[in-house]
Amino acid sequence: MNEAKKKGFLRRHWIDILTVTVLAVLLCLLAYAIYERFQFAKKWDLFLEYFVENRGYNRLLTGLQNTAIIAVAGLLIGFVIGTLIAVIKVIPPYRKPTRYAQKFCTFYVAIFRGTPIVVQLLVGYYILFPIMGLTLPPVTACVVMFGLNSGAYISEIMRGGINSVDAGQLEAARAVGLPFSASMRKIVVPQAFKNILPTMGNEFIALVKETAVVGYVGAVDITKCFQDLGSNSYEYMIPYLVMALIYIVIVATIAFFVKWMERRLSRSDRRA
Amino acid sequence: MTDVHKGDIVIETKKLTKSYGSLVVLDSIDEVILEGEKVAIIGPSGSGKSTFLRCLNCMEDPTSGAVYFDGVNIADTRVDINRQREHIGMVFQSFNLFANKTVLENIMLAPVYLQTRRLRETRRKNLLRRIGNLFRRRKKPLLPVTDTRQTIEERARKKAEELLCRIGLQEKRDSYPSTLSGGQKQRIAIIRALAMNPRVMLFDEPTSALDPEMVGEVLDLIKQLAQEGMTMVIVTHEMGFAREVADRILFMYGGKIAEQGSPAELFEHPKNPRTQQFLRSVL
Repeated sequence: MNEAKKKGFLRRHWIDILTVTVLAVLLCLLAYAIYERFQFAKKWDLFLEYFVENRGYNRLLTGLQNTAIIAVAGLLIGFVIGTLIAVIKVIPPYRKPTRYAQKFCTFYVAIFRGTPIVVQLLVGYYILFPIMGLTLPPVTACVVMFGLNSGAYISEIMRGGINSVDAGQLEAARAVGLPFSASMRKIVVPQAFKNILPTMGNEFIALVKETAVVGYVGAVDITKCFQDLGSNSYEYMIPYLVMALIYIVIVATIAFFVKWMERRLSRSDRRA
Repeated sequence: MTDVHKGDIVIETKKLTKSYGSLVVLDSIDEVILEGEKVAIIGPSGSGKSTFLRCLNCMEDPTSGAVYFDGVNIADTRVDINRQREHIGMVFQSFNLFANKTVLENIMLAPVYLQTRRLRETRRKNLLRRIGNLFRRRKKPLLPVTDTRQTIEERARKKAEELLCRIGLQEKRDSYPSTLSGGQKQRIAIIRALAMNPRVMLFDEPTSALDPEMVGEVLDLIKQLAQEGMTMVIVTHEMGFAREVADRILFMYGGKIAEQGSPAELFEHPKNPRTQQFLRSVL
């Protein structure tokens, strides 16, 4: 019985096992080649010197903090803006102001989805804010721009979430005399939010990765910190490798929590 | 119907018309629903009976014509429809209990929200008056404020619990709707509407989405309400029920009320050939 099971496992997964083995061997070979060819040991020492002895890690901590601030605050601002836009878009367009607001929202989403985030950041930091007479520190400017940007994306997610809530829920709320705004706030949006939570997690991951460009306006994040470390020591390989590793660890952690949340939510659907 | 006083009219439609594009669903309907009356609407599917019912509280906006509720034309877009809908209970075919609220919250939500809003408005008005009084020689009296947020909630909770007791589901007060059976859901949907003390209840095929063994409990509750003198308009496919409960049956066909009369009249001696045909096919 156990034998058969083992055999079954092998038969079912031999292609996976083979792939993993081949990949592992290739990776080992590659690692060894790099180690030999690029004088890895020497570079590692150089990296350690700049990172540990010259207190490079302080800068990394600032970078981590800034990345976290920009991603989290951006997501929160984006969520508020996105929900507003999504709700405005589902108002039945009977009145003129509604239609104008909807046109504006479409325009807003088109602008922010139609240009790269780097461009938005540069335009915001070097043109828009100065014109408005604001001199924001780089990180604050990034928070604002990332909030505006993710607002556009989240609005589409949220609209999907609102559409996924049974139309009868809104009808029932309206039928007991709640106004449209209250029906949305108390009944539809909470249910929509629950539906889109996993997608929001993915949006957050995307946001974390997008923050890598904030160095363009002089904010220190993870990327910027390792870039500077590289240019100081004239040695880029190790810093960039470590940088990639840090991003992967962060994203994998968030992804784990998203999965966990998804499981929790699907359990609460069946709650007694 | 000539001996009816004007004050007794609850809902009156005048030339009520609803069309989707070129498809006319309701064709200029004039109808009056009186206080205490139980009206059942029957008819083949696609005859506009659900649409008619949904136009009575403007869930569907009429294309033209007027719907008077308590003398106010609620089809007029300038009227605050929410103020009027408070007094028109509605029960849906698919229950539509709020999925993110417990049973008790479902029942309490609207009364608490609306009363709290009214309280806030009164307080705001009082504040303005108080500011105005600084400059007035003859002071305006303040509006009376007897409630607080707590008393409103307390009252709504008490009422909700009483209603739950009435249908014998008090132990379900903290459950979520997804855990209830269809019959339980529909009965809770009915008392959710009742919690607003409506002047009239609209039932949109309340038993069509139910398993056969649960139809009875819902119909019993509706019958009880009828005996208590609640004004109601019921769209239904349950002919036996319509016959038992209703004072008046409307038979709709092709967006018009083709025939109406007392149950005995309409079921025993239908005059319209459409009615005869329909009754033959369902009875």
